[in-house]
Amino acid sequence: MADYTEMWKSLGIDVKNHDALLAVLGKAYTDIFLSQKNRPEGMKYFDFVMSEVHGLRIKEILDAKAQGRKVIGSYCVFVPEELVLAVDGVAVGLCAGAELNFEAAEALLPRNTCSLIKSMFGFKLGKLCPYVESCDVIVGENTCDGKKKAYEIFRPLVKDLYVMDLPQTKSETGRLVLKKEYRKFIAKLEKESGKKITVQSLKKGIEIVNAKRKAMIRLAAIRAADPAPISGLDALLINQVFFHDDPVRFTDSVNKLCDELEQRVKDHKGVAPKGTTRIIISGCPMAVPNWKLPMLVETSNAVIVGEESCVGERGTRWLTEVKGNTVDEILDAITDRYFNVDCAVFTPNPSRVDYVKEMTKKLHADGVIHYSLQFCQPYIIESGPVEKELEKSHIPTLRLETDYSQEDVGQLKTRIEAFNERLKKK
Amino acid sequence: MRCAGIDIGSRTIKLAVLENDRLVLSRKVVTSYNPLETARALMDGAVFDRITATGYGRYLIKGHLECPVISEITAFVRGARFFSNDCGSILDIGGQDTKAISLDCEGNLCKFEMNDRCAAGTGRFLEVMATVLGFTLEEFSTAALSAKRAEKINSMCTVFAESEVVSLISQGADRNEVALGVHKAIISRSAGLLKRVAPTGKIFFAGGVALNDCVRILLGNEMGRPVFVPPDPQIVGAIGAALSASEDI
Repeated sequence: MADYTEMWKSLGIDVKNHDALLAVLGKAYTDIFLSQKNRPEGMKYFDFVMSEVHGLRIKEILDAKAQGRKVIGSYCVFVPEELVLAVDGVAVGLCAGAELNFEAAEALLPRNTCSLIKSMFGFKLGKLCPYVESCDVIVGENTCDGKKKAYEIFRPLVKDLYVMDLPQTKSETGRLVLKKEYRKFIAKLEKESGKKITVQSLKKGIEIVNAKRKAMIRLAAIRAADPAPISGLDALLINQVFFHDDPVRFTDSVNKLCDELEQRVKDHKGVAPKGTTRIIISGCPMAVPNWKLPMLVETSNAVIVGEESCVGERGTRWLTEVKGNTVDEILDAITDRYFNVDCAVFTPNPSRVDYVKEMTKKLHADGVIHYSLQFCQPYIIESGPVEKELEKSHIPTLRLETDYSQEDVGQLKTRIEAFNERLKKK
Repeated sequence: MRCAGIDIGSRTIKLAVLENDRLVLSRKVVTSYNPLETARALMDGAVFDRITATGYGRYLIKGHLECPVISEITAFVRGARFFSNDCGSILDIGGQDTKAISLDCEGNLCKFEMNDRCAAGTGRFLEVMATVLGFTLEEFSTAALSAKRAEKINSMCTVFAESEVVSLISQGADRNEVALGVHKAIISRSAGLLKRVAPTGKIFFAGGVALNDCVRILLGNEMGRPVFVPPDPQIVGAIGAALSASEDI
């Protein structure tokens, strides 16, 4: 990696602690990812992206900024990337997955706040994330109560926080709220960028994002093969890179990888022997570098074949229909697309468990691990009914609740092994 | 063929050797600060052809002895079947964790749940409370059974419950009634776990806490279901591991 010290300094990064972070991250990546056997060649691109995650990609983003493009950060899949691209902006996902600087976060937040929120504060307060520091606008959203209230405290910490309201029911009024919020967001983007959103720019934005999603849908479908052509860890990593890489290059790289994986399937080659226990993970998002659970699963004689999560199919499985002759009509199509997203903040939320069942069938999974972040009320509360419904449909389910710390690794491993032993006997 | 199972628990290490499905050797020792050495000493002189490890220290021994490992949950499922074939659920209260397991009609693992990260409501909780009240573990159960009523212990956290017990005593509460309260606290926690995971069937009660008469009686009353305690409830996991070793042939 080149020397990016000056670039980081210019962003106000705490270089010393940031160096330490990169060292830990690099080691974890080597131990968890590079040690895997039979990895596809196409993962080299993502290895490279990760090795330059705070380097080259940040340089690209800063270069784009220098050309007058606006950098829009967000913490949720409800923030439409199409709209950001329609003003020629750069969209970056900012969710963080490391237990970093939590002491500082806990000075502002209650201790019983979920790790995702604490991590968002930890990175900001510690000046450790060049993505956050590169943003012209950071978009918050009223999903769960935790995030909603945390943004109030977050606001004075960042340059420009824009909060988007979200509906909580899939009703006609809910849809109207969402569309109205997206229209307000368009106004914000137009003001920031000085560019007007047009039918043409909107269609171009949709095209780019749809291509990216199509590549992910293709990848998800290939994972139905046994032996599994790619590990769950690698697939999760691709889903994580989805949020901050250049969208066109990313799409191209995923498609190239898929070509290779399709060949692997033809050759009956995989990362684990045919017949290995197949698991689907469903629940809360896993942001970089939160690899704890998949690592434990895949070192316990099982392979993950799908993620029902915002960092996974919940974020990628719907395309935006390219229809309409006016910005307003296209905005309808965009609203329709996002209104499908079945996050547990919605009540009721039956399509989520239906889709987990569908995934289990499509991907020939043996069981589902429901993953909740500790203190994430929507997913924890929903996990009970989800488990009941899945078990009723003869899909073995294990509910786990954890956070970003490593202290429960032993207990988690015991539960995961026991669950895999249960599945193997079937 | 002699098959052994070693269960490296947080408080005790157990070794069982089976020959033609008959228990021919069973040993127990307190885990200590050096579980590996303790486990080695425990195996000293024991004769067996193959061994499987289980318990939280299973990977520790695997690093030093070429042997397969199984999770405690599977070990208890298999071990329970060695003693009984009509139990629909298993409750294991060990030194550091509590497991509730439900079995299908063929005795296979169905659902399971374990307590959270800390040792709330486990054997360790009982040990600490007994010490605070000045009882040995044997006296503790007898004292609780002699009480006519129970003082309510609200906290499940070992540290908080300890201060609760101390303050009850300083207010002049009867020691035996406090003891019964502590036992009831454990039961409310374990019964909740059992009702959620394994709501029907005879309960196979294992782990060191099953040696406690008071917990056993309270559990039966609370659940309204028969409770079966094997002759040596601590050895169940080790026997399950030994059975697994014999099946791996």
